[in-house]
Amino acid sequence: MKLADHLRDVLGPGAVFEATEDVIMYEYDYGLDRAMPDLVALPRSTAEVQAIVRAAQAAGVPIVARGAGTGISGGAVPSRGGLIVSLARMNRILEIDAANRCAVVQPGVINLDLSKVAEPYGLFFAPDPSSQKASTIGGNIANNAGGPHCLSLGVTVNHILGVEMVLHDGSAVRFGGKTPEALGLDLTGVIVGSEGTLGVVTEATVRLMPLPEAVRTAVALFGSVEAASAAVSDLISRGVVPSALEMMDRLAISAVEAAFQAGYPPEAGAVLLVEVDGLVEQVDGQAAVVDQVCRAAGALDIRLAATADERARLWAARKGAASAMGRIAPNYYLHDAVVPRTRLPEILAHVVEIGQRHDLPIANLFHAGDGNLHPMILFDVRQPGILDRVMAAGREILTRCVEAGGTITGEHGVGLEKQAFMPLIFSDDDLDVMARVRSAIDPAANFNPAKILPAPESSHAVATRGQTQQCIPESMWV
Amino acid sequence: MHPREYVGLSVSIPSPADLSQCVHCGLCLQNCPTYLQTGYEAESPRGRIHLIAALNEGRVAANDAYRQHLELCLVCRNCESVCPSGVHFGRIMEAGRAQLYERASLSLGERLFRRLAFRELLPHPIRLRALFGALLVYQRSGLQRLVRASKLLPSALAEAESLLPRLPVPFSPRRDVYPAEGQVRYRVGMFTGCVMPLVYGPVHAATLRVLRHNGCEVHIPRRQVCCGALNVHGGEQEVTRELARENVRAFLGRGLDAIVVNSAGCGAIMKEYGELLASSEALEFARLTRDVTEFLAGIELEPFRRQVRRSVTLQESCHLVHAQRIKDAPRALLAAISGVELRDMAHPDLCCGSAGLYMLTQRDMSTRILDQKMGEVAATGVQTIVTANPGCMMQLQRGVRRAGLAAEVKHVVELVDEGYQAPVDDLQM
Repeated sequence: MKLADHLRDVLGPGAVFEATEDVIMYEYDYGLDRAMPDLVALPRSTAEVQAIVRAAQAAGVPIVARGAGTGISGGAVPSRGGLIVSLARMNRILEIDAANRCAVVQPGVINLDLSKVAEPYGLFFAPDPSSQKASTIGGNIANNAGGPHCLSLGVTVNHILGVEMVLHDGSAVRFGGKTPEALGLDLTGVIVGSEGTLGVVTEATVRLMPLPEAVRTAVALFGSVEAASAAVSDLISRGVVPSALEMMDRLAISAVEAAFQAGYPPEAGAVLLVEVDGLVEQVDGQAAVVDQVCRAAGALDIRLAATADERARLWAARKGAASAMGRIAPNYYLHDAVVPRTRLPEILAHVVEIGQRHDLPIANLFHAGDGNLHPMILFDVRQPGILDRVMAAGREILTRCVEAGGTITGEHGVGLEKQAFMPLIFSDDDLDVMARVRSAIDPAANFNPAKILPAPESSHAVATRGQTQQCIPESMWV
Repeated sequence: MHPREYVGLSVSIPSPADLSQCVHCGLCLQNCPTYLQTGYEAESPRGRIHLIAALNEGRVAANDAYRQHLELCLVCRNCESVCPSGVHFGRIMEAGRAQLYERASLSLGERLFRRLAFRELLPHPIRLRALFGALLVYQRSGLQRLVRASKLLPSALAEAESLLPRLPVPFSPRRDVYPAEGQVRYRVGMFTGCVMPLVYGPVHAATLRVLRHNGCEVHIPRRQVCCGALNVHGGEQEVTRELARENVRAFLGRGLDAIVVNSAGCGAIMKEYGELLASSEALEFARLTRDVTEFLAGIELEPFRRQVRRSVTLQESCHLVHAQRIKDAPRALLAAISGVELRDMAHPDLCCGSAGLYMLTQRDMSTRILDQKMGEVAATGVQTIVTANPGCMMQLQRGVRRAGLAAEVKHVVELVDEGYQAPVDDLQM
């Protein structure tokens, strides 16, 4: 029997799709790469996932698990075709265990929904990627997602206590759980960040954190990114660890203000969004230090969000910032790289120079506290040959970051996008260990094949070329 | 880089500039009622845009599957409200549907339905009035009870029939101009629409009273016709242009300060007349158009005369909150009426599943969305659901019946009107 028919028997109506018109919207995520799946299945339970995996393995079809498709590295793009397993319908919060400060969730639960449900218990889920109003816990686990508040609270791996995962043979295994001290090999830690290459996570036990008693959010306005970066280094060296420390440059601010009118000053060369939280008694003192340090570093102005509403607006704008680039450019390549935070000003000078040399405008968002930068290379794909320049500029930026002691991704994952850059960070021996761990757990390499580890041919380049060809033909443009 | 430029409404090709503005980030997904129901990317804003783009790239066909994905969209435009990239989703979907219906082979029944609704009925006030007159007789004569008991109607028609609320007396203005009470503060036009006077006459009567009481000289031009919104949503743009021209002629040249409309769906398209007709008169018409809540919240209101003791929840009509981006005005009015207690439901800005003809043509999805909405309403425990659009009122009334709630459905302006009624000096005060 055909795989699609078999899956229809198992999953029932409205859960398996194969016609081009029904699956073409699974060829993308938020990144640039695209590839068509052959089939899409939307299971509702672990048992259905097990049945899907068994059938797909028997048919030798690649399996790509997908959450909300908000990732930026092509992780959910089926570069070798095959079957998309969308976990969007497995979106139940199974338990909030307030006493043990944890929750048990299905992988399709939306990140922000979990925090909303936990709020009445005085708790929240700490990883807060900018996509959190749409992205799923399963996707956060796959990419070991970060977010502005990971500066003080750590990334996703620090908040996943245990997982249930369906393996290549259809068995469902469990690692970790509510008990704080896990024994044996830390396979939960291996699974978080594995981008769907080891199996399909079907349940997770996640840590919930107590909501801070008080929060102060300041917006500081600087003449230049260099001045703002100096303030970042000064703050951290003074021992203040803000709960979040975000920076935007002028071009980014212009798009953000066009979209949100949140009150970021458009005349600024850079803004810092600084948040401190803790006990009521602490936060005003910390906010005073922030004020003092920013002014000493040359802040032109600094103000505190007066209300919870104003704070929410500032954050909504910051979290929608990357998507707002659509207002100023038809296409953009959102990069993700990390450097030691003291090297930020120097790297930024390189980014500016690289942009100028390739004649490409680059807007910048930074999780400045972690030294995590998101240069966004703006372009119009209709210009012949521009993608080559965009890719070249991106490569140079990453190379500079690695030379400065940094790395090629902070939180977006490797996916298709960064696999060719892995040798910049890892030796052949390092990569070989990863490959062996991977094949120990997924011997047929059918789960999200050709991701993370460098593939024989660069899938990223192939997919990108594909996109140029598939782009709206010139005659369609007005 | 410059802010992007847009081309106006094309007849039947979605603008490539509009399509390319979507960066497929997915931040719209959780604000899309049909994605929330299905978890299926094809029923999401970003999926639909991708599908329409794919058709125009020659990668997919305008077949049944394509058509179903486009038709399952409510065009509530919630995605527009939350889109950081500023995608004009409504414009894309309207052009996408127009393009689809040019290409797709529709069945005879479908063509007949579209022709009847979009060309033979909605644009013709006299025919509509005759139809609803007959329906009124049908309801009042006992025939309705007979027909329902007989179960003779085909199921689709029976469902459509069940949607119709009990018809009140139609709104039939006797004058072209109604004077203001007291000193004239504003000269306004009142847009009455096609079905609204026949199904929700009392809302029009309340609107007229409230406007006059607040110093408005109210013009109700007889020449005005249907706004054309349903046509555009159904992918029929040409008829809408004709209707728009007629309405522009009916209202301009009277020295009006505003053209007031109490149907959010009508108001949304009326504000787009400028773009639709690209004439200076149409732009002027669009500039003058105000939703009744927007108008009233923007003027100094006469003091209310009595308390309106109601606990209410607000269903923010999509064409008000998303298409027109008016969120605060109805809330400001409700807060101004003494005695009204507003208890928000969990998602007041999420569509109720009405969406014009959608509640007839996509019965199944419409009902799923409605039932979830009624669950949220029930959790508030209110006596009254207020909203700002006739389609929403009709759907919510159906929801109340389905859920067996005791709640009433009112237009916001009806509560304002209640506040202006003579005080009742009974024990309630």
